[in-house]
Amino acid sequence: MARPLGEATREAYGKALAELGRENPNIVVLDGDLSKSTMTKYFAQQFPDRFFNVGIAEANMVGIAAGLAASGKITFASSFACFVMCKAFDQMRLAVAYSGNNVKIVGTHGGISIGEDGVSQMGHEDIGLALSLPGFVVMVPADGTETRAAVRAAAEHVGPVYIRVGRPKAPIVYENGCPDFRIGKAITLREGRDVTLIANGLMVAAALDAAEQLEQQGISARVLDMHTVRPLDEEAVEKAARETGAIVVAEEHLVYTGLGSQVAMAVAKRYPVPMRFIGLTDYAESGAPEALMRKYGLTADDIAREAIELVNMRQEAVV
Amino acid sequence: MVTSEVSLEHLQSTARKLRRHIVKMLAIAGSGHPGGSLSAIDILTALFFGNVMRYNPQNPRWADRDRFILSKGHAVPALYAVLAEAGFIPEEWLWQLRKIDTPMQGHPSVKDLPAVEASTGSLGQGLSIGLGMALAARLDNRDYRVYVMIGDGESEEGQIWEAAMAASHFRVGNLTAILDYNHYQLDGAIGEIMSIEPVVAKWEAFGWAVREIDGHDMRQIMDALHWAKEPREQPSIIVAHTVKGKGVSFMENNNEFHGKAPTQAELEQALAELAD
Repeated sequence: MARPLGEATREAYGKALAELGRENPNIVVLDGDLSKSTMTKYFAQQFPDRFFNVGIAEANMVGIAAGLAASGKITFASSFACFVMCKAFDQMRLAVAYSGNNVKIVGTHGGISIGEDGVSQMGHEDIGLALSLPGFVVMVPADGTETRAAVRAAAEHVGPVYIRVGRPKAPIVYENGCPDFRIGKAITLREGRDVTLIANGLMVAAALDAAEQLEQQGISARVLDMHTVRPLDEEAVEKAARETGAIVVAEEHLVYTGLGSQVAMAVAKRYPVPMRFIGLTDYAESGAPEALMRKYGLTADDIAREAIELVNMRQEAVV
Repeated sequence: MVTSEVSLEHLQSTARKLRRHIVKMLAIAGSGHPGGSLSAIDILTALFFGNVMRYNPQNPRWADRDRFILSKGHAVPALYAVLAEAGFIPEEWLWQLRKIDTPMQGHPSVKDLPAVEASTGSLGQGLSIGLGMALAARLDNRDYRVYVMIGDGESEEGQIWEAAMAASHFRVGNLTAILDYNHYQLDGAIGEIMSIEPVVAKWEAFGWAVREIDGHDMRQIMDALHWAKEPREQPSIIVAHTVKGKGVSFMENNNEFHGKAPTQAELEQALAELAD
């Protein structure tokens, strides 16, 4: 059932950025001494004049990015998700969001799947922080192919964007490209009648695996890749609520402020149905990535279990 | 008009007029920051009316303009006063400071006024933004200069020194910071709350060209702004010693007026002192 692993989403980000650099001389990139990890090194190697390594100073990096953007540059700025969002949040608030500057923040090493480096390096709350900035588009692509599409869309979009990518090789979700990618438009990966699984990032592959498990137990699960957390595809959420009557949301992030919260708001507003939430409720720890995902309940089995409970609950209610 | 033809008397008289505008707009608003606006206004007057900066009020976003960022955003009355005097905004707008449904926000906001270069007010951010603009000039082969005014209390923010280190590393000769060193911050005297000394040695150690002046002596201000324009491969900073509340006797070095607007009676006294 395991899907073949493709490139890491951070690797795809770095390569996409270098491609964009060739096409558009107006793209500039900043990094905070992590270019060998965020993979902005590919851009740096090819376009040294348009790459600024600002050292370990995230607040300054985002401020400089805002100044470059205010001067007409399409500016990408990268660091680990936790560092750029937590350390430069005030700069993102005033110099990027409130000012409407055309800055693209790409946080790598999102989630706990970075593994052994542990909590201080893991993005547990980066998406929630990005969501609290009005005007920010927030995207969490599922695999390398979708990351390329998201980075390209971010460069074309005029305004602030946050993209979260990850450290480990990502299971391939899109084998034949991602032609339908549009900001704010969920991708239906699998049709289903009994329950809908909504996920982003690495949890998309887990949701697809969960749907296969569920099928063997006679449960038909729809799977939505909600790569854009904002603007949320509320139409797709409402349709899922109406047509399947139950929703499980899965994300590699604290449940308090991420995709689950956004989907729940849309469901409550448009068509309330029972929901379950797969995500973190506390800080994780060091360990092998797969072991961490198991320990913290971020696997296909966890998604399938919650889906079965929702379906059973509904059947009991009907009886 | 070349710079030498702008008389110091004219600049001094303009600064006096803008001081009247500052106290009047604050009195009408009923809140705001007189002390740091009055300490900064001589320098802003020289920048905008001493033929130092290149700008076009009819086209505030002109790509080749020189940029001025007021990083100590609470001194926005001083910025609005020069923007009105230069013709970027109508003078009547000054009397709408801090009022709802107007562009005259309590701290500078680029979304509300195109003549404002950066939204500021959360201290420490302006120098980084100015550095980004200075780097953009290099990428685009433009010859504009970026001026950033920072406060002395603001210099306690770590981001100022991140930007100081980076500007020197990136060798941006087209970036000039101006420190409005009025020796007070909200809670009291800088030396008592958190000293920034030795501030000149700090900037020199960070690789900046430094010039120390009396920030109310118009000749020294003009000389320093000309010095800042000299070609060099390092950023420059003018450390301007100023007096908080300068020009209004009962506001000078009286930190009560850091963030308190004058009453009507106080306004009348201030205007009398600032009369031509």
